[in-house]
Amino acid sequence: MTTALQELWYPVASSTDLVKRHVYQAQLLGREFAVWRADDGYVNVWENRCLHRGVRLSIGINDGRELKCQYHGWRYANRTAGCTYIPAHPADAPARTICNNTYPTQEAFGLIWTGDAAQGDLPDMNGFENYTVLRPIPVNAPQQLVALALAEYTFADGCQSTTDDDRSITITAKEGQSIRFFVQPCDSNLTIIRGLLNRKALGSDRISILKHHNFLLDELRGQIEAKATNLETPAPMVAKIAKISQELSEIPSESGDPRVADLRVQLMKKEMTAEGVVSLQFRAVKGKLPTFQPGAHIDVHLQNGLIRQYSLTNGPGETDQYTIGVKREPDSRGGSVAIHDDLREGDVLAISAPRNNFPLRRDALHTIFIAGGIGVTPLISMGRTLNAQGLGFEFHYFVQSEDHAAFKTVMGEFDRALTVHKGLAPDETGTKLREILNEPGQARHVYICGPGPMLESALEIAREQGWADEAVHFEYFKNTTEIDDTSSFEIDLARSALSLTVPAGQTILQVLRENGINMGSSCEQGACGTCRCGVIEGEVNHQDVYLSPAEKTEGKSIMTCVSRAAGDRLILDI
Amino acid sequence: MFDFSCKDPVALNLWHVIASCEELEEGNIICTRLLGDQVAFARDPSGEIAVWRYEHGTIPTLPEMADRLPVREKYNYIWTTFGTPTADIFGITEFDEADRRNIHAASIGVKVSAPRAIENFLDMGHFPYIHTNILGVEPHTEVKEYFVDVSEERDEIIATDCKFWQPMASAASSEGAEVDYIYRVPHPYCSVLYKSSPEDEKRLDAIAVFIQPIDEENVRAHMLLSLIDTINEDTAIRLFQQTIFGQDKPILENQYPKRLPLDPRAETPIRADKSAIAYRRWLTRKGLTYGVIPAAA
Repeated sequence: MTTALQELWYPVASSTDLVKRHVYQAQLLGREFAVWRADDGYVNVWENRCLHRGVRLSIGINDGRELKCQYHGWRYANRTAGCTYIPAHPADAPARTICNNTYPTQEAFGLIWTGDAAQGDLPDMNGFENYTVLRPIPVNAPQQLVALALAEYTFADGCQSTTDDDRSITITAKEGQSIRFFVQPCDSNLTIIRGLLNRKALGSDRISILKHHNFLLDELRGQIEAKATNLETPAPMVAKIAKISQELSEIPSESGDPRVADLRVQLMKKEMTAEGVVSLQFRAVKGKLPTFQPGAHIDVHLQNGLIRQYSLTNGPGETDQYTIGVKREPDSRGGSVAIHDDLREGDVLAISAPRNNFPLRRDALHTIFIAGGIGVTPLISMGRTLNAQGLGFEFHYFVQSEDHAAFKTVMGEFDRALTVHKGLAPDETGTKLREILNEPGQARHVYICGPGPMLESALEIAREQGWADEAVHFEYFKNTTEIDDTSSFEIDLARSALSLTVPAGQTILQVLRENGINMGSSCEQGACGTCRCGVIEGEVNHQDVYLSPAEKTEGKSIMTCVSRAAGDRLILDI
Repeated sequence: MFDFSCKDPVALNLWHVIASCEELEEGNIICTRLLGDQVAFARDPSGEIAVWRYEHGTIPTLPEMADRLPVREKYNYIWTTFGTPTADIFGITEFDEADRRNIHAASIGVKVSAPRAIENFLDMGHFPYIHTNILGVEPHTEVKEYFVDVSEERDEIIATDCKFWQPMASAASSEGAEVDYIYRVPHPYCSVLYKSSPEDEKRLDAIAVFIQPIDEENVRAHMLLSLIDTINEDTAIRLFQQTIFGQDKPILENQYPKRLPLDPRAETPIRADKSAIAYRRWLTRKGLTYGVIPAAA
């Protein structure tokens, strides 16, 4: 339940307080805020408290794109405040819903405005289109005492004061200069006076104005504080800290439980980025786009009813749009052709929130990216993330020709780390891969994404050269395995206490859904990892291309959209 | 007898450290605070350590035996209690070994609750960020799976198989390695960690922290080291521990709420927080209310 005070807009900082790569600590009605400007100009106002163990985010690091908490290095994205990386578990994608509390924000008149539940417009600022921001003055006294004193403020002949609707106080001198004072209630006994002069002063003129009012307000502060010490010190305001969701309060299992969500986005830009590859940029129709992590993909629901998965190419902190790349497939089932031919800028589509089954480790000493054709898209996001953090990597992009190389502008950021291999024949590719992968080692990781045959070849070579399973990460866009669904078997659901039959011609995923088990899915061909389920007992017949060889041998997971039981029965952890 | 400020019977009936024996001064009475009340200590004429409560605003004088608080001298610290503990002070077997160096590293004030300080002591994920280039360094940030056991009979929490890559694990180390840790919580406000001694792999060094609750949101942390170390001077060892703790202090003082929230929905745990979660549940089962925000009923 919000009070009237909480629905107002208050200035909590001067624009100049948001120094580049700095975090500013503000306070309003007892609640602390971490206020920071990202490199793209966006002003973030967040609850000043990391969701992990409550450490102030204002002592965290602003790297221009993400805010990193000082305690355990958790990273939160610009704009969405969603957690994108938890260093203690570098191989896992954090639950997308670990999201700090954000507050409505506006930047205007040289000030940063916010409010717990602020809505509507900023106060009417008629006459202050040209302004000079005065130095803010903190006063150890309650808001009401400060407001009363400000009503008596004089700085020139014939000063008159008026109180505005939003409780700010405007002092106008006879010759027309006006100061409008906003009163920021930080706490019950701490108030900040923020004044604006109604003309834009520059140079030495500005300095003398600032000094003049600073002197007068300092005197006023002394008077106010003298009065305040005679009164009983009020108890500090205590801001309510919201509880986290039930789901987040339980320690997550190794594989997350993804949710399907429907977002409406509008296609803002559609342009060819290479021969046969179109780049699409989506913005949210309403509100903000959810947080993504490098390697994530979205489900795009096409107008013709088809659903296709595409990886995000966005860099860290680029949270106001999603950019994907779509290759026109010659043997398309109608997805890529529809996108290339029918989609228009301005079209509104439904997409899922980003899902990350291809997470990026940020704890490697060196990372090698191997991209084949359109498989470059998730790796672009990954490369940009490591690049922004100054972590070492090399990026190998295999394409048919120069014209087929997509997203060249963005990849220009990689500078000398990027090598484009053009028009290599399969055996030449093999030789090149052998060269690239000739140095496995501790804390060295490889990420591969590309067409099936190239992926297989790269995985084989990596294994030959001695790369450990856990150091090689891959994502197939397609599963070209011939799926054999002729077997029939039982599944026992350990947590739902159900025993079901999976007949020939039906998948485990279908049977689960028919029986009310809400299992998420995306590609439904065993490539993306979304429909993963734990296996407690029974041998699995893996037909997917998502799990690693070690994971398949271990037999503790199954892709329910294509894989089946090798024997009569499986006990599933669901 | 006065009324205690602290109303939590669990906290009242525990043994608490109030000072290292090194703080005793010939012929002087030393003052400190425990559980919100003033406490004084001194050696009496017969050489016994006396501990007693005195009224805030008055000057303490050595009282009769009957007016003194129970005292224990253990590990070279002075322990006292405001109640009647059901168990004796927990044991640290390493302390009595003949070739041990037992060093009082520091007593440091921190403006945070005792349970928050204990959780920080149990945590490894912060090593690369807070103790950079000493106990951890990026990119070696992974906290691998470890085991946590809560022993009903010993009333202790033990975390074993804890591993972390460290560039400089102790004052005696010269290069990086993956270090094994064992953590033990034998008391709501005390913890002991064990790691292999760099000088003798088969034996464990012990580092203990005994938190003195000044009040619910202020503590003095007393640190004991019980080491196998024939090389380093006391000063070097102390400075190493003080450096480490000095790095934790500003983080602890920037955590809020200062009292540890026991409600499972107050904060976001990850798998690396297994020992912290076990600790919070253990405190809830004990019914402790001092220094914590109890879980909603």
